[in-house]
Amino acid sequence: MVQLQEVHLDASFAALSDATRRGILQRLGHADASITDLAGRFRMTLTGMKKHVGVLEQAGLVITEKVGRVRTCKLGMRRLEEVSAWIERYHQLWDARFDELDRIVEELKRKKRVDGKRKGR
Amino acid sequence: MKNPTTVERQSERELVVTRTFNGPAHMVFEAWTNPELLKRWWVPKSFGISFVSCEADVRTGGTYRFVFSHPDFEQPMAFFGRYIEVTPHSRIVWTNEESADGPVTTVTFEEKDGKTLLVLRELYASRQALDDALASGSSSTGGAAEQFELLDELLATLARS
Repeated sequence: MVQLQEVHLDASFAALSDATRRGILQRLGHADASITDLAGRFRMTLTGMKKHVGVLEQAGLVITEKVGRVRTCKLGMRRLEEVSAWIERYHQLWDARFDELDRIVEELKRKKRVDGKRKGR
Repeated sequence: MKNPTTVERQSERELVVTRTFNGPAHMVFEAWTNPELLKRWWVPKSFGISFVSCEADVRTGGTYRFVFSHPDFEQPMAFFGRYIEVTPHSRIVWTNEESADGPVTTVTFEEKDGKTLLVLRELYASRQALDDALASGSSSTGGAAEQFELLDELLATLARS
């Protein structure tokens, strides 16, 4: 798991080492765009733009979706997935704590019943 | 049957945990405020963490200091802060001062038909502080955390440029 994360990170850094690719991310931060839009904006050929988008896609920084003849690019979900993994662990921690707390509440309830009987005598 | 625990990021700077307990509020409250009891559930065995020490003076203005150890930690980790408000059987509020941007935690206990609904809120000073907590917690090694920071810096630079 950790190794996999590191591979992703290396890919992220490689993807970010290029000024054009950083520009693409910045552009997609404002709005989704097609490969054709991006090629026009960065004055590149379609083939060149496809390559850059491919690198960003591999790093998980961008996702693309083809609808009809247009391939639309948007910012990737990788960071969001990492965040939900954290929330999952946080959830596990509280869940485990509360299971133990359940036991304590049961113990206190038993104790109260025993004490109650004693007082009743 | 076991009651479910829910966790939700309810706003940009707030995480909310909820859980119902099959017992009255004063008992659940006691488990949070009596250090001897707190010690038994705060560090679940399944997480491999154990208490080195647990000091908690649970009253308004009181302080706490929990020290944990784990086979993977080089040194024990300390968590500490102050109780801002302790209202018997209904509400506990404390600070988390081990990091500069630590959240303020509020726990409320609401009793209904002999059961207690517990709601825990961690309110961070800013969206950034919560994002940072999520980012640093998302990696299982310190090295990876540093890498995330580096990546965040790069992304922040991009956003400004």
